Amino acid sequence: MSNAILVVGGGFSGLTAAIEAAELGHDVYIVEKSPWLGGRVAQLNKYFPKLCPPSCGLEIQFQRIRKNPLIHCLTMAQVVGLSGSKGNYTVRVRLEPRRTPPHNVDFTFMASALDGEVESEFDLGLGKRKALYKAMPFAYPARYVLDTAALSKADMARLAGKAQLDFDEKAREIDVQVGSIVIATGWKPYDVTRLSNLGAGSVKNCISNMQLERLASPFGPTQGKIVRPTDGATPHTVAFVQCAGSRDQNHLNYCSYICCMATLKHCLYFAEQHPDTQITVFYIDLRAPGRYVKVLEKVQALPNVHFVKGKVANVVQAAGDRCEIQAEDAIRGEKLTLTYDMVVLATGMQPTLATEKLPLPVPVDADGFIAGGEEAGIFAAGCCAMPLDVTRSAQSGTAAALKAVQTVKGR
Amino acid sequence: MAEKIGVYFDLANIGGGVDVQNLADEAVKKWGDLIALTKLVPSLASSVDEIRADIDAQKLDGVLLCGASPRVDNDLYRFPVQVDYVNLREQCILSYKNPDGSPYLASDTAPAALQGLALDYVQMGVAKLQKSNVPDSAAITTTPRILVLGGGWTGLTAADEAASMGYDVVLVEKAGQLGGAVLNMPETSPLGPLWEDKVPTNLADKIAKVTSNRKITVYLNAQMAKLEGQPGEYVAHIATQGGEKTENIGTVILATGWVPLDNKYLEPMGLGKSPKVVTAAEFAKMLVSQSTLPKRVAFVLDTTMAEDAWKQKAEEEAKAAAEAAEAAKEEPKKEGEEAEEAAFVKNDLESFKHLQYSNAVNSIGMLRLANSICEKTNDSSQAFILYKNMTVPGILERFYKKMQDRLGVMMTKADVTGIRESGDHMVVECKNTLLGMDFDLDVDLVVLPTGLVPTTAKEVTVQFSYRQGPEFPDLELFDGYADSNYICFPYETRRTGVYAAGCVRQPLTLDACEVDAKGAVLKAVQCLEAASRGVAVHPRALDNSYPVFNFVRCTQCKRCTEECPFGALDDDEKGTPKPNPARCRRCGTCFGACPERVISFANYNIDQIGSMIRQVQVPPNFKEGGPRVLILACENDAYPALDMAGMRRKTWSPYCRIIPVRCLGSVNAIWISDAMSKGFDGVMLLGCKYGDDYQCHFVKGSEICNRRMQNIAETLNRLGVQPERVEQLEVAIDEYDKVPEMIDGFVTRITALGPNPFKGM
Repeated sequence: MSNAILVVGGGFSGLTAAIEAAELGHDVYIVEKSPWLGGRVAQLNKYFPKLCPPSCGLEIQFQRIRKNPLIHCLTMAQVVGLSGSKGNYTVRVRLEPRRTPPHNVDFTFMASALDGEVESEFDLGLGKRKALYKAMPFAYPARYVLDTAALSKADMARLAGKAQLDFDEKAREIDVQVGSIVIATGWKPYDVTRLSNLGAGSVKNCISNMQLERLASPFGPTQGKIVRPTDGATPHTVAFVQCAGSRDQNHLNYCSYICCMATLKHCLYFAEQHPDTQITVFYIDLRAPGRYVKVLEKVQALPNVHFVKGKVANVVQAAGDRCEIQAEDAIRGEKLTLTYDMVVLATGMQPTLATEKLPLPVPVDADGFIAGGEEAGIFAAGCCAMPLDVTRSAQSGTAAALKAVQTVKGR
Repeated sequence: MAEKIGVYFDLANIGGGVDVQNLADEAVKKWGDLIALTKLVPSLASSVDEIRADIDAQKLDGVLLCGASPRVDNDLYRFPVQVDYVNLREQCILSYKNPDGSPYLASDTAPAALQGLALDYVQMGVAKLQKSNVPDSAAITTTPRILVLGGGWTGLTAADEAASMGYDVVLVEKAGQLGGAVLNMPETSPLGPLWEDKVPTNLADKIAKVTSNRKITVYLNAQMAKLEGQPGEYVAHIATQGGEKTENIGTVILATGWVPLDNKYLEPMGLGKSPKVVTAAEFAKMLVSQSTLPKRVAFVLDTTMAEDAWKQKAEEEAKAAAEAAEAAKEEPKKEGEEAEEAAFVKNDLESFKHLQYSNAVNSIGMLRLANSICEKTNDSSQAFILYKNMTVPGILERFYKKMQDRLGVMMTKADVTGIRESGDHMVVECKNTLLGMDFDLDVDLVVLPTGLVPTTAKEVTVQFSYRQGPEFPDLELFDGYADSNYICFPYETRRTGVYAAGCVRQPLTLDACEVDAKGAVLKAVQCLEAASRGVAVHPRALDNSYPVFNFVRCTQCKRCTEECPFGALDDDEKGTPKPNPARCRRCGTCFGACPERVISFANYNIDQIGSMIRQVQVPPNFKEGGPRVLILACENDAYPALDMAGMRRKTWSPYCRIIPVRCLGSVNAIWISDAMSKGFDGVMLLGCKYGDDYQCHFVKGSEICNRRMQNIAETLNRLGVQPERVEQLEVAIDEYDKVPEMIDGFVTRITALGPNPFKGM
């Protein structure tokens, strides 16, 4: 019997569940697939509605982790096996090799000398990264990763014999004993290549909302300047395409909760950086639940933001790497063909478990959302259960921590 | 008080040609026996066992680790003695540039300015540790009982979940029966996967589960008269029909829910003018009680008519109030008119905005009701849903589709511009619809949405017996909802130990109320346990220090009791503060406020920071040695931003010395005097943004610091020092590329002012 708790996923929901449980005195293991904690939130520039930086909240979470010896972070890790039953699980975790020391080393200089580059996953293809890298300044753990596959031949020679790098490190598997499990595997942006009518990711300067977050971020590929990816020019006309994949039975058969608010926030990014840029938002419904209405009213009052109720049928390339949109104005009943410097697809969230399987006994529904598991002492937190914003993810993570603690309490 | 300190230098992280042996030698020269040993280790992270052995062998009571930022790897250095850090990497060597502003190109020998900078930081580090003590325990014997206010859906869930955690529960309900708003809701939107169909609420089962649980005591027809004490040892005075009862409790969950918006706000949409216009709540009753139901029903979700009318009214009232205030200003105040302290008056915060904020619950509720009437009448009734935006966010889209998929349900976007009676029916004027035309819709009944007004907007719910008054602060900022201003930490309010959940916090559907209740229970339990261990809750969770008062010198000026952002301090009739450690979040705003400097934490205090300031070598000649600028940087956001700037090889003036503080609220004016008498030429206070969208982790710290700037300026003026020598600057954690410019700009302004007149005195 164990009173420890396993948390699968180190994004905001998982972090919340883990820390809240640990602050109640339980040993917690966080298993995170990527090299750092923070998940999708770490990629965001600002939160709605206050437009405050997510790194502020993450820094608090990381401080709480550093101060709490009960929290065990396993990064570059995945659950590969489970045995036992509620109250007494043995979880097998596979750890990929990081190839750097188990403490902080400032590799800035060594990394900058490398020439091998690959597309940055963190910047969603908008930038490059080296083989020795740390995706974000506030990374936790504050440790680099050596991705040997990204090394050029010359890099190999440069790094040969460096004592701090372990080229021979192998993946390994460990077992942890826990009594209950929180799943917080989160979401990924819906794959735009499946949206063939919206350019399938091949129309230049037609980007996703998450890519716009990276452009706006001070540690993004443009150091925070919102520009056209092809030529670095200021976009003077921009269109937002809402429900790009969401509320569509051929793609995501639900509303992704955050995209309307994200677009409103993006309008505020533009108002700050490029106040003269003309923006058109094509929408089905503008969903600003509760007090978020205030953000909607604020954006509606901006002189250069226009709203058109109607679905966008097509996005195609126009001359000068511009984007042509064919849309319908549902109120006027007009067909519109308009050209913009840049188009932002407000792509929705797809649960990670829609395309990946976990070796845990939990049912998922047709869309990949978790739909049960409580009787086995397994609880879902955050966007693996339904699309949510950060605040509601934090509530969900806290609630899941309660259920996980109840399961193991007194054991 | 650390008396035997080991100082370790992490050679792997101290580059730049700094002479590390010299740092060690100078420290020993200065502090003598205080420093039991100094060691230069090739890699600190690989020396953990060695340090542990030194602690045992040499009986060290403090360890000073010089190298990388304390934000890095500090999870590796868990020793049984006090540990502190000297940030020589990010905020010294990596961010160093030459005094003339030219970049420093790494060499074997650091320039004198860099060596001096590093030495200052080491000496400051020793001083800090020397003045630091291990705190005594503030643990209290706690009552393992949780008070749940409100016996509606959220309160019932919370009571049940808290009991399942093994705690006793006291449930206080204002009405004569449990159930709250759900008493009128036989059905609801989905409560779980697959999120498609409406479901019975089964409220009776939920109530039975609570009333049959022996761990739960229920008070009906009851409300709070007073809550006194602190988390872990609160005393709740509950007003019941049988007189006042007292219960010892640990923490509180506020789940007092909502009341419907006054009907007057819906009058512009025809409510009250015709019996054929009803609210959703009235319609729900009709559905249950009437056998004959109307044939054509309009569900009007577009509430622009009501909003516009009330917005206009509010603007007129605001204008009149402004004029009245202007007129009042002209009349000179009569003597004695300034009352000592204004008695508490509860502002009624109910407004038409609550209708807007209820958009999602109304969209979801109207869909359910429209579906229900069609279901009941086998689609012989027709339901028209007229909306501006169907706000059914997230997974409930599935429910939306299911409800809409009914023969009798018709939906269109419409701007509803008029609702009027015509003969025996109602006419709803619809413009800008999806049908390609404007039209008048004839119906038998018009159903209007409900505004969920949080109980906290209307009345004082908890009745805190606190020095700062019976109410939550900041309710205006949240339009009356008992909400948090944090996005990441939705349960944090300014009253430690009291956690709001459900519709008192924001309008929510029942599934979300349940999640919220569970989260609040976890926080309530956590706070109770923290009090029993004598440690802080968020954001300094597990911190075992707390403010200690030296009452002998206290002048009862009340500043600490007034300024504490969390209302942790009460006082007696004379005004002597009465601390409540379990309410305290350990920000230090109290000691920042204290003019007599009678408040301190064992490991963070006035003398400690003052001693650090005095360790800095200030060159007597401003022209030759340059100015010196002290930066008191908030450790929550400003300090990490400075770390990042260093990591990104951004540099700032080598004339600055940075000292992290818990919060700008903890900055005491004496530190500024200390700096000025030491010969510093300027002091920069670097902290979080304040205002309505504040980012301060302690809510009010940076704002309070800003308010104190006025007093500081007066003091400086009196001393003959230009007040421009002290500035407060706001920085967000992600402004690391900007902060070096902010610092250099300040140094330039100080340089232009010339030397501090106290220099060399």
